[in-house]
Amino acid sequence: MNLNATLFAQLVVFFILAWFTMQFVWPPIVKALDERAKKIADGLAAAERGKQDLELATKRSTEALREGKEKAAELIGNAEKRAAQLIEEAKVNAKAEADRIVAGAKAEIEQEAVRAKEQLREQVATLVVSGAEKILRREINAQAHADILATIKQDL
Amino acid sequence: MSTAGHEAAANAPTAGEYIVHHLTHFNTTGHAQKDIIDFSVLNVDTLFFSILMGVLGLFVMWRVAKSVTSGVPGRMQAAVEIVLEMVNEQAKGIVHSAESRKAVGPLALTVFIWIFLMNSMDFLPLDVLPNLWQAVTGDHHAYLRVVPTADLNGTLGMSVGVLLVCLYYNVKIKGFGGWMHELFTAPFGSHPLLYPINFAMQMIEFLAKTVSHGMRLFGNMYAGELVFMLIALMGAAWAGTATGVFLFAGHVIAGSIWAIFHILIVALQAFIFMMLTLVYIGQAHEAH
Repeated sequence: MNLNATLFAQLVVFFILAWFTMQFVWPPIVKALDERAKKIADGLAAAERGKQDLELATKRSTEALREGKEKAAELIGNAEKRAAQLIEEAKVNAKAEADRIVAGAKAEIEQEAVRAKEQLREQVATLVVSGAEKILRREINAQAHADILATIKQDL
Repeated sequence: MSTAGHEAAANAPTAGEYIVHHLTHFNTTGHAQKDIIDFSVLNVDTLFFSILMGVLGLFVMWRVAKSVTSGVPGRMQAAVEIVLEMVNEQAKGIVHSAESRKAVGPLALTVFIWIFLMNSMDFLPLDVLPNLWQAVTGDHHAYLRVVPTADLNGTLGMSVGVLLVCLYYNVKIKGFGGWMHELFTAPFGSHPLLYPINFAMQMIEFLAKTVSHGMRLFGNMYAGELVFMLIALMGAAWAGTATGVFLFAGHVIAGSIWAIFHILIVALQAFIFMMLTLVYIGQAHEAH
């Protein structure tokens, strides 16, 4: 309980110890702590950046996918339209061709019929004349009655 | 203090003699100090154990500081970091000048570690080191006190150290003129009639701060030591009597309880001394 010079000695020791801590203990540890804090902060920032990048990439890929799908749908649509068009064209062409062939055939048939009629008329006329000639051999003069015969031929 | 221990040389000491003997310092005079204040005397035991504890604590921290890494810390480094971070956080809350904290932080850390270790000397069995010392010196009445913070010189030495640091920061932060102005105008105001009252209040404040700072730690550790002695005496009285068995059991139980409770006191007092150091230094930074 008594006071003595120990007090001053303790005072000096106190300052020496504090000085030692100040010089050799505190600074390196605080520096390490600060460095670690910075490292952690950097790591967290990097993770955050990575997350953002990922988000961006995801968004971009979704966008690309959507675009691709759209383009494909468009291509398919175009192709279908073109195919329908081609079919339609082919149908029209075929119809026209068929009509043309039918019309040609009809015309030929008509011609044939006209020619057959003509021949038939010739032959009937000849037959009638020869028949009439046989019946009227003597009384009828072919030259004198030629105009009558032509009229008959016309009426057939 | 008395020298009763010498007179009862042949017999076992009485309870009073035992306690007085344990409370007498090993000093440069070789016997108990007679006067209340005598600056020609030096308590060798207090100095030895306080320096030993200071060097031990700082050596361990210095070892850590030398191989410190900002990567994954080892356990020892983590332990030191926890204490340092705790002190640093407290300092940040109390001392707002980052420049001052570079010096105040280490100071507070030193105070905490040092006082914690010095207080911890109380955990050693009461008679181990004194008996060892008596055996080494061959003098069966050699004095030795192992808890430096149970010596008023030790605690007042530190609190005076804190006072000097406070005075230094008072002058550094406010300038000598500013500090003088504060001494005469705070706390009551600037009026010539109030100057002496203000000054007296300021002096009382400094004195009270410093004395209570040192006394608080001293009182706790001194009382703690005394209780350990009383418990030891209770156990020592058991021999020969039938009821003494209960005293022995009482020694074990009370000793355990007090030692466990003392762990709290040791840490708490170290923390309180550190916090008050920071608070006083923080006050020196604030202009009234």
